[in-house]
Amino acid sequence: MKRQGWSAQWIQQLVFTGPATAAFALIVALPFFMGMYYSFTDWNGVADTAKFVGIDNFITVFKDAGFRNSFIFTFKFTIVAVIISNLVGFLLALLLTQPVKSRNVLRTLFFMPNVIGGLLLGFIWQFIFIKGFAAIGEKTGWSLFNLPWLGDEPTAFWGVIIVTVWSTAGYLMVIYISALINVPRELIEAASIDGATSWQRLRHITVPLIMPAVTISLFLALSWSFKAFDVILSLTKGGPYNSTQSVALNIYLEAFQNNRYGLGTAKAFLFFLIVALLTTLQVWITKRREVQI
Amino acid sequence: METSRYKAGTLVVEIVAVLIALLFLIPFYFLLSNSLKNFADILLDSAALPKAINWQNYARAWNIMDFPKAFLNSFLITISSIVGLAVFSSMTAYRMVRRPTRYNRTLFLIFVAAMVIPFQSIMIPLVKVANWFSLINSLPGLWVCYMGFGASLTIFLYHGFIKSIPLEVEESAVVDGCSPYGVFWRIVFPLLKPMTATIVILNSLWIWNDFLLPQLMLGKAELRTIPLSTFSFFGQYTKQWDLALAGLVMGVTPIVIFFLTLQRHIISGITAGSVKG
Repeated sequence: MKRQGWSAQWIQQLVFTGPATAAFALIVALPFFMGMYYSFTDWNGVADTAKFVGIDNFITVFKDAGFRNSFIFTFKFTIVAVIISNLVGFLLALLLTQPVKSRNVLRTLFFMPNVIGGLLLGFIWQFIFIKGFAAIGEKTGWSLFNLPWLGDEPTAFWGVIIVTVWSTAGYLMVIYISALINVPRELIEAASIDGATSWQRLRHITVPLIMPAVTISLFLALSWSFKAFDVILSLTKGGPYNSTQSVALNIYLEAFQNNRYGLGTAKAFLFFLIVALLTTLQVWITKRREVQI
Repeated sequence: METSRYKAGTLVVEIVAVLIALLFLIPFYFLLSNSLKNFADILLDSAALPKAINWQNYARAWNIMDFPKAFLNSFLITISSIVGLAVFSSMTAYRMVRRPTRYNRTLFLIFVAAMVIPFQSIMIPLVKVANWFSLINSLPGLWVCYMGFGASLTIFLYHGFIKSIPLEVEESAVVDGCSPYGVFWRIVFPLLKPMTATIVILNSLWIWNDFLLPQLMLGKAELRTIPLSTFSFFGQYTKQWDLALAGLVMGVTPIVIFFLTLQRHIISGITAGSVKG
């Protein structure tokens, strides 16, 4: 390549990487570091000055029963949602990689809930839990549908799970389908000639070969569930009795409703540490189980 | 071949799959059929089909939500953001791949590492930063935010794709006297088309549906995007299901149409994006 002057190089560097880097620095990096600082202050969001209070906020956060409960809910919700949505997504993928005629249409249909944003999904389901389930209950007499779905703590938990699985399973299905298609047919056929049952073929051939897709799907489901906000805000508002308040919602309310910004940033900082740690750990663990042909 | 392999077992699978799909679609049935009923009929039996088609709900919700305005705002912010992200991020990723200086490698690592930061961890100070730079209450301000938040994943995806493009074409263009900018715009950028399609799809679904960031950035009613206007509309009319559901259907329709027209590309784009990510 032609040698260019030192200043031409710098102008190019600036033109090519400048705009994205500037936006990133302003919108992500600066607030991130400011948040770390503010989490050690009593900032109220309005005043220009914030007093440094050391680790007081973190002590308060650890004593905060509401925050603890939101963590417990988020953990339980994440575990259940990740498992069920991945299982449903994987089973749908298994069904739709069979030579069924309607598979293209069905793939589209299963994916569709995912394109509707979380907020609107929550509102749609609010109506179904309140009015729709009651109508089905009346017609069928099944007591399952006559439960006070969003008004009772255990059922509200499962309500949030149902909506989450409904909207994310199709997305995970797409990832699993693309992995299943790439599993070599010869391997499966060879195994069945050797007398492997379909369960054995699935367990010992298909699943190990699609581990990269499992890594991605678990990662996506984990980070979606951990950051759950929109669906919960519109479906239950965190109720009944804050039983479905996710960590993300708790942080939002602490800052923008209680106006305790210092405390909110302390919670947000802890939240970041946990999300970063868990997702990294999950990717590291499942990556080790990936095999190459 | 496909038909000869169609056995009894496949038929069972087909029926099971169709039944599950119908179960999946029930929420859409409830949404659509009740949005066309009057209030009394919804209360009476929300599972029944509407007795008469009642478009009134739509007309009223359309006006109360100021739907065309919300649609236009969502449309403008989504289009301008996906164009900006594709342009700026592809340029950044290209430079990082072709000039892997220590500075560029560090910068790339920072962009990638930032992907694990949840939005809730930065939203509180972000409001203050946005205030300093007068980004609050303006669509261009919101656009700057999407440039910042979208940069990480978009650069990461372009970076992986550009690494697989051979250098020879670019070198011969340079020999022929093409400027570095010309090389990028005339030769590299057209080659990035498959990845650009993926990026446009992933970012448009995200930005169109995003609620929290616009909620924090836009206070004025006339700047509301579709999620924001649905949120305030639904809050006001929670108990008036006839209006609320018509509003919801209108909120959902644009993105569903977008998806159904482009579904092939969207599904393959999602696959490409997640395999890379």
